[in-house]
Amino acid sequence: MSLIDLANPTRFLALSARVLPWLAAATAILFAIGLYLSALAPDDYQQGATVKIMFIHVPNAWLSMFVWGVMSIASLGTLVWRHPLADVAAKAAAPIGAAFTFLALLTGSLWGRPMWGTYWEWDARLTSVLILFLMYLGLMALWRAVEDPSRAARAAAVLTLVGALNLPIIKFSVDWWNTLHQPASVMRMGGSTLDKSFLIPLLVMAVAFTLLFVTLHLAAMRNEILRRRVRSLQMMQASRVAFSGDVSTGSRQENASTGAA
Amino acid sequence: MTPLSALIRRDIKIALRVGGGALIGVLFFLTVVVLMPFAVGPDLALLSRLGPAILWLGALLASLLTLDRLFMSDHEDGSLDLITMSRTPLELACAAKALAHWLAAGLPLIVATPVLGLLLNLDMVATGAVALTLLAGTPALTFTGMIGAALAVTLHRGGLLMAVLVLPLSIPVLIFGVAASQAAIVGPMTFGAPFSILCALSLVSLVIGPFAAAASLKHGLD
Repeated sequence: MSLIDLANPTRFLALSARVLPWLAAATAILFAIGLYLSALAPDDYQQGATVKIMFIHVPNAWLSMFVWGVMSIASLGTLVWRHPLADVAAKAAAPIGAAFTFLALLTGSLWGRPMWGTYWEWDARLTSVLILFLMYLGLMALWRAVEDPSRAARAAAVLTLVGALNLPIIKFSVDWWNTLHQPASVMRMGGSTLDKSFLIPLLVMAVAFTLLFVTLHLAAMRNEILRRRVRSLQMMQASRVAFSGDVSTGSRQENASTGAA
Repeated sequence: MTPLSALIRRDIKIALRVGGGALIGVLFFLTVVVLMPFAVGPDLALLSRLGPAILWLGALLASLLTLDRLFMSDHEDGSLDLITMSRTPLELACAAKALAHWLAAGLPLIVATPVLGLLLNLDMVATGAVALTLLAGTPALTFTGMIGAALAVTLHRGGLLMAVLVLPLSIPVLIFGVAASQAAIVGPMTFGAPFSILCALSLVSLVIGPFAAAASLKHGLD
């Protein structure tokens, strides 16, 4: 089965209905294992138990960028191949990506409170993730601004691709700006190689979160397809009502005019 | 006269005539800068320290506000459809329109900068540095903003939505513009490094902007 076969929404709905329960089960099992391993992981000698926030934070941060990548590929599908499901995929991914980005920011700031003594630091990474979050919100606003989904899809696709080109530039300039303003005042996690006792739970959690995204994304795509069907049915019904209403009033006027004549 | 130079000349003429609204941007710029002392207090030392940032923010907002005229009026009177269907590649036509818009709405901002620098207690060097960075940076604002203008015209939405979409993309320009002017005024960095990155940003947006705007217009207008 190739990608083009999936272009038929009915076939996609049937396939995803079969796949979704398995994906959800795999996600749940991996989360159980990952959370168990994270709970077992030893405390860090410097950071204590707060290091465990990392097991949630890092997968969310990784997904916040991964989802934009997925949306960029979907946008190429919209603009280049006019794949009917591509814009559904792009639209469904945006709120999920925004949620992951928000969770990355939230867990980061919860971790920053005991570590840095403040909820928010204009650190380069935090700032660029915040800008990413703003761009997700802008994209969602764009999707919501226009009624016709296919019209919004093309505009959103252009914006997503421009964003994908610009995000590295923004990241670079924010890094540069930060080193200019506050040289090396922030303690960093990186540098030291992670110990195995941290690395294994982290990897399991990363896979679990990625599967969670795939599951949520498929479910959201199904919802979007069904929502569009409902919308087009409603439009058909509305146009039928309007049309029949037109005819009746028109004939009434005709009767009136003939009566007057 | 080639089609592109005709297009540029026409756009500048329309922008400068009655109803064009190119110079309203300068008025807005002036108003924003005049508002600033009311917000931060009439402390001249503080104002001269914040001066480059205030001027850059004002120029950013002013160039953003004039942007929705870039395609909207042409769309309303139908000439945008003619431009789209003409033999000139749409990317080049978009670049020409953006260039004309910059000449009509961006250059006056830079010309106004020395006067506004006076209000903010900036000395000659500082004013010159800000004007130079604006000269190098405002094309980037116009050309990335053009993407937002093209999206706005295909969606029949403008205003706030466009601002929300375009402003995050202009963060790098703001960072390097302010950094280069600060470097020229107080140091300790060299002026050259951030300034050349600013020029690079303008050149990159010169390439990305027309293509993205043309793609948006091609796919969006119907």
